[in-house]
Amino acid sequence: MHDTPITAVPGSATANMPDAAGDSGPVLAVEDLHVNFAIRDAQVPILRGVTLHVGKGEIVGLVGESGSGKSVTGLTAMRLLDRNGSVAGGRVLFRGDDLLQHDQEYMRALRGDRMAMIFQDPLMTLNPVLRIDTQMLEALTTHYPAMPREEARQRCLDALVKVGIPAPEERLETYPHQLSGGMRQRIAIAIAMLNRPDLIIADEPTTALDVTIQAQILYEMQQLCRESSTALLWITHDLSVVAGLADRVYVMYSGKIVESGTVDDVLDKPMHPYTRGLIMSSPGNNEPGKPLFQIPGMAPIPAERPCGCAFRPRCPRADGQCESDPVETSFACAGGGDHTLSCFHPYEYSDKGIVL
Amino acid sequence: MIAYLIRRFWQTFITLLIMSLLVFVGVYHIGNPADILVSAQATPEEYEMFIRNMGLDKPMWEQYVTFLGNLFQGDLGNSFVYNEPAVDLIFRRLPATLELTFAAMGIALVFGLPLGIYAGLKPKSGLTRCIMTGSILGFSLPTFWIGLMMVMVFAVWLGWFPASGRGGLSHLVLPAINLALFKVSLVIRLTRAGVLENMLMDYVRFARAKGLSETRVVVVHVLKNTLIPLVTVLGLELGNLIAFAVVTETIFAWPGMGKLIIDSITVLDRPVILAYLLIVVVMFSLINLVVDILYSVIDPRVRYE
Repeated sequence: MHDTPITAVPGSATANMPDAAGDSGPVLAVEDLHVNFAIRDAQVPILRGVTLHVGKGEIVGLVGESGSGKSVTGLTAMRLLDRNGSVAGGRVLFRGDDLLQHDQEYMRALRGDRMAMIFQDPLMTLNPVLRIDTQMLEALTTHYPAMPREEARQRCLDALVKVGIPAPEERLETYPHQLSGGMRQRIAIAIAMLNRPDLIIADEPTTALDVTIQAQILYEMQQLCRESSTALLWITHDLSVVAGLADRVYVMYSGKIVESGTVDDVLDKPMHPYTRGLIMSSPGNNEPGKPLFQIPGMAPIPAERPCGCAFRPRCPRADGQCESDPVETSFACAGGGDHTLSCFHPYEYSDKGIVL
Repeated sequence: MIAYLIRRFWQTFITLLIMSLLVFVGVYHIGNPADILVSAQATPEEYEMFIRNMGLDKPMWEQYVTFLGNLFQGDLGNSFVYNEPAVDLIFRRLPATLELTFAAMGIALVFGLPLGIYAGLKPKSGLTRCIMTGSILGFSLPTFWIGLMMVMVFAVWLGWFPASGRGGLSHLVLPAINLALFKVSLVIRLTRAGVLENMLMDYVRFARAKGLSETRVVVVHVLKNTLIPLVTVLGLELGNLIAFAVVTETIFAWPGMGKLIIDSITVLDRPVILAYLLIVVVMFSLINLVVDILYSVIDPRVRYE
């Protein structure tokens, strides 16, 4: 038996997190968020108690396979869930203010101004029949109707320059189809940054781009967020992106956060078997010529999720204990900050490496 | 763009030529107009004279070549019946038909667009179910039957509107609504499908993430994308309405072109039939050209070289 000899602090990671608003508190704090989707008249739980926080100017990665609920987490924070999704419990605190208590009109005023979101496919996020200037200016004028047109235009030009777009004046006059995918994603980022938001939620914004563009955009996003101390929640399935970009990382599996901590800590010493599996299946961590490592099996469909730990059927370390729900444990990690974990049988490490 | 226009005009010209040949041969073989037009009491000499005067004694190919020759001089021939230029006859009826079709198209858009948008935005509401059921009725109930019912209810029983003829606005109401019913249903269905499809697009989500009001998302972002297929279909439908509003024009005795062509076919008035169809082809080509240009205005991805 692999009992947990770590100094476990039972309870939620939010226990030692400041609750009130103010500069010291996190920009975004999601607490025990439950979201259901109506699928054929049944309410299927998609998020099952997600807890995470993003501090001021912090870059945080949210990693998981497709269908793990990471996009739903981002959309719920923006209150942009589709009609069939509903919040079943929890809180979404933005600067200490629970967004779930407000109406859509209140949210509309926040969205695009204090909190912004960027989406995965840059070919689809810009409206194909509207010019770039229309799509940029409206993000300003909807929040600041009194802003003179010339000033608004100048703000757009500045934003385009910041994301590295050459000849921005000409670009303003074009339609999306005249621009490359990387260019369009830069414009989407420029739009998101127009009003210098406190938080940007980026839902796999570089997944659809080729690797060189991806690297450029990652670097630029990092710079921009550092400069304007904008908090960034970066949703991705790609651990290597997180490694180069984020301060902390949350690993999500089937609607729950299974592990979180600083990027160095989690990527160097993954304790949850799922996190370890993810890292091992990255091509860079495999020897050339050998078959790539894969986590066996498939992520469960939310409606057919097994009881207890959802990763149990695919886990090399699972046993009978895993049929009950693992409790989240939290402990201080080497580089400062917390490392949280939901697992009965985590991997352990000594100074020499992994101790199974 | 100019090369494109020239190519379009050339295509139209070829279409006109082929169509005129088909119609000419077709009408020639249906029967001899002299049998219908010359009175039964006429002497054989009078009969022969009519045939000679109309040029019907010559072989078909020669008649066709004469027709083409006149056509290139801008002469589409005189009506056998009225003995005046077929074109004049048709153009005199054109305003009545245009009035009717544009009124019908206007009604279709004014009612169809908002109802379609509503149905697309609230696909599960009770009102949407009513709208969609209504649109199925609009599609499937025959125009002539609805027309007759409208005459009976609104003209005969209630006496609100005149049953037939052309005059002021009151004369226009019943035939225009009758003609519009099918188009309203069409506009509703196309708009609803477009709105449903576009509301799921990422650009809508991004527009909302910018903090835009729902009104702006729908009216500026979604509607413009929805209009693309709508313009194509409505362009074709407009041509159809103008050319073939026959049933409605007949029921309401509307003095338009539809009624003229039906009358001309019954008496084999070949010059009028030919002239009418040629004008219809030109009109369709022009409308299609306008639609294509409109298309490139709405959708910047479309460019003509």
